[in-house]
Amino acid sequence: MSTVLESLNAGLHGAMEANESVYILGEDVLDPYGGAFKVTRGLSTAYPDRVITTPVSEAGFVGVATGLALSGLRPVVEIMFGDFVTLITDQVINGLSKYGWMYGGALEIPLVIRTPMGGRRGYGPTHSQTLEKLFLGVPGLRVLAPSAFTDPGGLLRAAIDDPGPVLFVENKLQYQRRLDDPAFSALESRLQVQEGYATAATVGVAGAPRPQLTIAAYGDMAERAAEAQLKMAYELEIFSELVVLEQLDPLGPSGDLPRALADSLRQTGCLLTVEEGTHTHGWGAEVVARAVETSAQKLGIARVAAFDSPVPASRVLEASVLPDVDVIVGAAQKLVAALDG
Amino acid sequence: MSDAAARYRAMLRIRRFEETILDKFPTGVFHGTTHTYIGQEANAVGILDHIREGDSVFSNHRCHGHFLAYGGDMRGLFAELMGKATGICGGRGGSQHIHWRRFYSNGVLGSAIPVATGMGLAGRLRGDDDIVVVFMGDGAMGEGVIYEALNMAALWRAPVLYVVENNRIAQTTPIALAMAGTIPGRFEGFGVPALAIASSDVDEISLAASKAIAEVRDGGTPQALVIDTNRFAPHSKGDDTRSQEAIEALWATSCPIEIHASRLDPNQREELAAEVAEEVSQAFAAALADPEPDVEVGAA
Ligand SMILES: Cc1ncc(C[n+]2csc(CCOP(=O)(O)OP(=O)(O)O)c2C)c(N)n1
Ligand SMILES: [Mg+2]
Repeated sequence: MSTVLESLNAGLHGAMEANESVYILGEDVLDPYGGAFKVTRGLSTAYPDRVITTPVSEAGFVGVATGLALSGLRPVVEIMFGDFVTLITDQVINGLSKYGWMYGGALEIPLVIRTPMGGRRGYGPTHSQTLEKLFLGVPGLRVLAPSAFTDPGGLLRAAIDDPGPVLFVENKLQYQRRLDDPAFSALESRLQVQEGYATAATVGVAGAPRPQLTIAAYGDMAERAAEAQLKMAYELEIFSELVVLEQLDPLGPSGDLPRALADSLRQTGCLLTVEEGTHTHGWGAEVVARAVETSAQKLGIARVAAFDSPVPASRVLEASVLPDVDVIVGAAQKLVAALDG
Repeated sequence: MSDAAARYRAMLRIRRFEETILDKFPTGVFHGTTHTYIGQEANAVGILDHIREGDSVFSNHRCHGHFLAYGGDMRGLFAELMGKATGICGGRGGSQHIHWRRFYSNGVLGSAIPVATGMGLAGRLRGDDDIVVVFMGDGAMGEGVIYEALNMAALWRAPVLYVVENNRIAQTTPIALAMAGTIPGRFEGFGVPALAIASSDVDEISLAASKAIAEVRDGGTPQALVIDTNRFAPHSKGDDTRSQEAIEALWATSCPIEIHASRLDPNQREELAAEVAEEVSQAFAAALADPEPDVEVGAA
């Protein structure tokens, strides 16, 4: 019955209990508040000396956490809204992602930066974005996103054990998703290693015919893609395989697609990528490029993403910009029709 | 060796190293850029005299002097600037990005200040009395992240000595065009005490540093040491926009090696000079003969 939020929170509790080197830093993380989205709830009560509430200084406290990590501690930093990752770019790109490598390769930087991205809550243009694509392709940085189809808290704990730095991308609406959502009881999923400790889940409608389409997605959009998958199967007789990736970057070893995705594509020859960030230069573009580069067959391809627009506050306007279940269904329908035609 | 002789030797090693860099750069043996410490040697030598085994040092783009005074290997630094396999970072970092033991440098101005603050905080959280010394220039003080770091250092009592080497110029920009208020005032605004000294005398700097470091170590609180100093050489190489007369005036009044020289007898000075010249030329020759790094494929 647990939610993504509860799983992440349990993951943090478990990590702090298991290892005294784990510290939490972030704005408003102390109880009773427990963080803006409550992911850190209860931690400061259980471990008062290891939860540090910070001034509103994102670049500064990410730098401080880097210093802690260089000194052998394992800080987990919370950036209150994903939009504010813009403030930490220098620390991430010119600092913590490079220190291990540029100083000869022997240093460890065990640091996790967690942050919730995403819209659909009417928070407006500066509190609703999905900005992780700005940090894809940064050498030395691992970018992860938990999923209700895998184990959010387990992934977070593995990230905390990682000797290198991790950007851990959560999503505001995803927090309330259930890990065993009855809405998804008709789906079955197979898990396999994506890369390192990250998992790929291949999700399909139980007992459905051979899939015609592969959908690649992560985070909250993977759950929306699963809703689309069910709708397509029952209402349109379009059968698909959804490959949920926990690791956005590196996608797979040396230019490859993750195995789960390559296997699915070999069967379907048709790829739809789904993400909540803006369309141009998105995560899907890299997935598509790799698919084309590594596939022997000619592929049908389409991408679903947000319009290249700021995210408006108004409910109607926001919904018009961000991709939802119907947009995924529409794109899949068009793609499959084009291939059939 | 007496303290006076050791300090003389330490400053001379930096001076000759940096002169060799500037001298040989045009021949193409070095790859990339450099920022020499000529004129500021007394700062690194006077301050790093007082650090201990577990202490950490974070430096900036002008890091060669800090590194050598820390005890870093001269041949390894030459090799790093040549991009050789034997460079302290295997040729990955170059002049501005070096690391050895607990010494680090980063060429992005201001960027290291919160990191150094976190290293200091880690010591306090672990309960040891190790400290961190971090160097910055007057120009770097335009970077906002420094003030975020100072705020946290004061709030969390991070045992860090913030050293500002105020040569009153940033690349070509004189301090008057870039800094409002005063440098000590900026620290004091966060409740971080600042000791200011205008000197190129290694003994005076050492004395000030010993006081400041004792405060940091024994008091477990951040402190600043602001040193008015002088950059004699170009910002990098051959890019000085100052007049020749202005530079000559600096040499005439504030050369740390000249100021300190009177404390040694001339014979000893000559001996040390010969010894250092030999060390530098051997280190240079050794680095020059060192192999290029193996090309990394898919370095992660
Ligand atoms: C963030 C950033 N901006 C600009 C530069 C380019 N730059 C390198 S050194 C320098 C001037 C630094 O002046 P100061 O901090 O006073 O140190 P000094 O060179 O005088 O030792 C500049 C502008 C840089 N390295 N980093
Ligand atoms: Mg300066």
